[in-house]
Amino acid sequence: MNMLAEAAVEDAINRDSARTETVKMQASGVNVFYGEKQALFDVDLAVRKNQVTALIGPSGCGKSTFLRCLNRMNDTIDICRVTGSITLDGEDIYDPKIDVVELRARVGMVFQKPNPFPKSIYENVAYGPRIHGLASSRSELDAIIETSLQKAGLWNEVKDRLNEPGTGLSGGQQQRLCIARAIAVSPEVILMDEPCSALDPIATARVEELIDELRENYTIVIVTHSMQQAARVSQRTAMFHLGRLVEEGPTGKMFTNPEDKRTQDYVTGRFG
Amino acid sequence: MTGYLFLVILALSLAAFHVGRTTAKSFVSAQGAQLHSRPVYHGAFAAVWVGLPASVLVVLWLLFQDTIIDHLVLASLPASMTEGASASRLSLYISEIRNVASGRIFTEPSPEIRTAAERLQSWQAIARWAMVVVTVAMMVLALYLARARMAPGFRARQSFERTLDIVMIASAAVAIFVTGGIIVSLTFEAMQFFRLVPLQEFFFGLNWEPQIAIREDQVAGTGAFGAVPVFTGTLLISAIALLVAIPIGLLSAIYLVEFAGECVRGIVKPVLEILAGVPTVVYGFFAVLVVAPAIRQAGSMMGIAISPNSALAAGGVMGIMIIPFISSLSDDALRAVPQSMRDGSLALGATRAETITRVLLPAALPGIVGGILLAASRAIGETMIVVMAAGLTATLTANPLDSVTTVTVQIVTMLIGDTAFDNPKTLSAFALGLVLFVVTLYLNVAALRIVRRYREKYE
Repeated sequence: MNMLAEAAVEDAINRDSARTETVKMQASGVNVFYGEKQALFDVDLAVRKNQVTALIGPSGCGKSTFLRCLNRMNDTIDICRVTGSITLDGEDIYDPKIDVVELRARVGMVFQKPNPFPKSIYENVAYGPRIHGLASSRSELDAIIETSLQKAGLWNEVKDRLNEPGTGLSGGQQQRLCIARAIAVSPEVILMDEPCSALDPIATARVEELIDELRENYTIVIVTHSMQQAARVSQRTAMFHLGRLVEEGPTGKMFTNPEDKRTQDYVTGRFG
Repeated sequence: MTGYLFLVILALSLAAFHVGRTTAKSFVSAQGAQLHSRPVYHGAFAAVWVGLPASVLVVLWLLFQDTIIDHLVLASLPASMTEGASASRLSLYISEIRNVASGRIFTEPSPEIRTAAERLQSWQAIARWAMVVVTVAMMVLALYLARARMAPGFRARQSFERTLDIVMIASAAVAIFVTGGIIVSLTFEAMQFFRLVPLQEFFFGLNWEPQIAIREDQVAGTGAFGAVPVFTGTLLISAIALLVAIPIGLLSAIYLVEFAGECVRGIVKPVLEILAGVPTVVYGFFAVLVVAPAIRQAGSMMGIAISPNSALAAGGVMGIMIIPFISSLSDDALRAVPQSMRDGSLALGATRAETITRVLLPAALPGIVGGILLAASRAIGETMIVVMAAGLTATLTANPLDSVTTVTVQIVTMLIGDTAFDNPKTLSAFALGLVLFVVTLYLNVAALRIVRRYREKYE
């Protein structure tokens, strides 16, 4: 590894030790099946509060599948079946008593490709607060939208054109709009599925900075294909391979001194 | 005869294809030359050169042969018969000569007619053979010319593809020319009508009683050509049809896209499309024999008098007929909304219903509106159901239980029975037709524009 990456790793170790270690979400013995095919095998993973957990691994290793289990987005796929337990603050999210709508309000998601609705920038951010009735007046809604856009680092760029379509923004701006949209419902956890894979390096840097800032208030789980990105933004890293969790630990350790051979090969770029 | 000629053209084209290909191959084998185009293109080039002009020639020949021969026959008639005769008199002569020539003799023809018929027969025989000879000669010449142009460096592929371009343009032009022809004939006859009936009476008059006498001995009304009741009747029935079709069509589309499983979808969608395939006349008697009496009975049970031909019966059945238009176009529009929109909305904690009403429907709206407009133009132009179920009296009313008439029904009744093209009764059909054409054309153009704008959205 080069000097820069090593510096980033050092940094990550320092950041890591400073944080509290409360578990926000805990997956135990999670298996996922798509029809006959099993995509995840017996995954145990803890997501710690106010930390960024990165999921890495080669394509098709099940990291996105695992991410989508955390807010039950897999429910939308008919043939998908999940066993095992995943808890949010100790509550099993697959319990029949849990309302999936409420769960998704608490565990928000940002997708790989920016997917703003074909509505105005304002309406895009207002969508969540409206359906959950978070604002009782127009001025309250305006305030939510302003804070969300500010937190997403987009406010200064769009404050004069809130009524223009969200689809007219650049790719990086669209992705930050999607993050603002997720923040607007005040979730506790934000899931990000390769949020930078469709963005150029400058936009990627902006989003990474943003992820680091968001850690103050939210718990973040991010799927990424970029080792550098995982090293830069996360405190903990989980390595997946062929549907199994290979290894999980503090990001610094994962990149400098992994226990598993496969992790070492992957983070040093020998396969994947 | 003509059929055989087309077979000959086909056979010669195939022969030309073979000649072209063999020639091209011989360039390679005999001279060892490098061909620009593959041999098959040389063959296709020769075949097109031989077949296409010959076919066009035969078609044109058949189109104009009769007119030219008629002229010649008329010119050969003694001057005493043609001098000062009117156009209709002359066409009577022609049909008589033709009847005699083909052996259908009703009364003993005059000797002039008889000789003319013989002349017609012999000229027709000459024309037939001339056509065959000229066509074959032309094909041989074309083959010779095509063969002369062939060389190893000859760009046969380009020439062949250019010819294909022309063929495609010509095919597209056929539809355009036919539409143009319809517009011209409609406008021409409508202008005749407006010479007899003033524009403002037609467009603003509230009274429609077109059954005026065509012959002097007929008993008929004095005539009034205010088309407003006819237009409102059309509007009323179309509105009822859309009121039935939009909710049913849209909801079934939403069900099919968002809720139905593969299995249900596989059954429901084809069945819905069968609705579009039911002949409208079947819908018509369904309306007359089932729906109208049922509505009437329901009305009498509630103490409401409903006329046997109610707008409600016709409009309701028409609504059923246009459901597939709305459901299938809305289905396409909803399906075209990317899955990422649904995911984005669901991930924010929206329910499926909220996702449908707040994201999917707005995103698919242009496509849905396009479908509705197409269905509307279909409803306005629909004839058979309303002829059978809506009635003939032009009442100016908004009551769906009354009997109303529509533009299409009036056009049908105007052109049934005695027609005279110098009479406003018959001509009014063309004026109505022109209005109908303009309205449905406008709706179609609007629908297409909306649908197109929508297509660009997700690219």
